[in-house]
Amino acid sequence: MFWINGFLNSFAFGAILFLLAVGFSLIFGLMRVANLAHGALFMLGGYIATSAVGLGFAGAVLVAGAACAVFGGILERTLIRRLAGRELAQVLGTLGLAFIIADQCLLVWSGDPIAQPAPEALRGAVGFGGIVFPAYRLALVALALVAFVGIWALVERTTLGARIRAAVDDREMARAMGIPVSRLFTTVFCLGAGLAGIGGALAAPIMSVYPGLDSEMLPLALLVVILGGIGSLTGALAGSLVIGLVYTFGQMLLPDLAYVILFLPMVVVLAVRPQGFFGRQAA
Amino acid sequence: MPSDAALSFSALNAFYGDSHILHDVSLEVAPGRILALLGRNGAGKTTCMNALAGLLTSRTGRILLNGRDISAFSPEAICRAGLALVPQGRRIFRSLSVEENLAVARCPRPPDGRVAWTDEDIYGLFPRLKERRRHPAGLMSGGEQQMLAIGRALVTAPRVLLMDEPTEGLAPQIVAEVGGIVGRLRAAGLSVILVEQHMAFALKLADEVVVISTGRVVDKAPASAFQADPARLEEHLGVH
Ligand SMILES: Nc1ncnc2c1ncn2[C@@H]1O[C@H](COP(=O)(O)OP(=O)(O)OP(=O)(O)O)[C@@H](O)[C@H]1O
Ligand SMILES: [Mg+2]
Repeated sequence: MFWINGFLNSFAFGAILFLLAVGFSLIFGLMRVANLAHGALFMLGGYIATSAVGLGFAGAVLVAGAACAVFGGILERTLIRRLAGRELAQVLGTLGLAFIIADQCLLVWSGDPIAQPAPEALRGAVGFGGIVFPAYRLALVALALVAFVGIWALVERTTLGARIRAAVDDREMARAMGIPVSRLFTTVFCLGAGLAGIGGALAAPIMSVYPGLDSEMLPLALLVVILGGIGSLTGALAGSLVIGLVYTFGQMLLPDLAYVILFLPMVVVLAVRPQGFFGRQAA
Repeated sequence: MPSDAALSFSALNAFYGDSHILHDVSLEVAPGRILALLGRNGAGKTTCMNALAGLLTSRTGRILLNGRDISAFSPEAICRAGLALVPQGRRIFRSLSVEENLAVARCPRPPDGRVAWTDEDIYGLFPRLKERRRHPAGLMSGGEQQMLAIGRALVTAPRVLLMDEPTEGLAPQIVAEVGGIVGRLRAAGLSVILVEQHMAFALKLADEVVVISTGRVVDKAPASAFQADPARLEEHLGVH
């Protein structure tokens, strides 16, 4: 029972991590922007969902995702695109942004953790062969898989996705072929920010929302991206799974060493395969 | 400046930082004509093409496409207005398949009676691309990549095509094939500015020839005049 529960909790946490990390990874891989405000967008999504819960749980998640997507789009248009190609400016700028967002959240939602009830229909447990699973956690795993397939189809199977890949291959030539690269990059940023917001909203019932959630989650997203490989969708999924397992079992078995255990696989991967599990060798 | 030119530009100046590369270059090409732009290595031919396509923003001068002033347009808008680039070195989207390279550049409903080339039209011109349509473009041969670069420009429904050394590094047989294609494009009503190092190839195809040297136009005449007097080209292009 201990192990089965541990695995399910790991997968559920991995699902949350995937929603957070995949946007970070896409934005970093496609636009070469390390958006350190990504964790803050996750937390913001969680807070917005707690306030919007009157719309029903699904409604609150959608509102949180949409609000973060719009907010992310505005950030990209006004600030982040001005930092293009300047790494230090990006790190400082997006980190500063993260602080500002966190501070505003503190102002609006106070410093107390806010609990979010799981949706009515998913509060119970589901039994398989005598073993019971909490339904909400199972639903999280299913949702993450749906998101994975959806993003994969968007990037690999639509003209929009092909245009994004073309702009990554040769930005200048993409523009010369009539592709509105600047608008595409805003779209990617909106998508990543929206997924982070949805992730925060979905995480609220199992983690609740509290100040510091952002800076707790961001390093985990970075770990996922480093493990899985920057810009790789499959890598984000595999990395989330690994970090979900390591984090959950680390907390259960060796709570004092949880951070060591977390960063150990990263050190090993960086030493053996610096581009991550699924990353392409730097061109 | 006659208003019936497909593309005309005047007093084009272009810069890379502090270096002034193009000096008051003026040209025009009529509908359905081929203009060869010749010059030595480093003369400024690519600079001229990129400045016209909007990739080089540090430029002054007036560019008219079918009488419409596109001087201040972004590269995207220039392409949508009907001026397409086949760049030097091909620069196809390497990680995309052939099909995707065409799909991303396609202008689905071109305005003002411009011809929308379909995938089938492109595969009709280049049957080899059809066989390779699901192949990653970056893994194809140089000749196939050149065909794709031409196809990719055509699906944007251009009026005027800028071709920057389309035969560079290709086997003679492929060069001949590209020559045939350029001829067919002219027959389809397109205007072409053709930058070339292969003099014989360019003179055979072109209607007009313009020679530039260190960023200035130094000679300009119908192709027949250069064919009749080979020494005339030697003067600006030959190795001294
Ligand atoms: N990115 C750049 N920055 C600075 N100078 C450049 C740049 N690109 C080209 N130049 C210079 O501009 C001049 C014109 O170059 P350009 O590429 O237009 O020549 P070209 O006629 O196309 O030559 P080629 O036949 O070799 O393709 C050259 O002196 C070159 O050194
Ligand atoms: Mg050149």
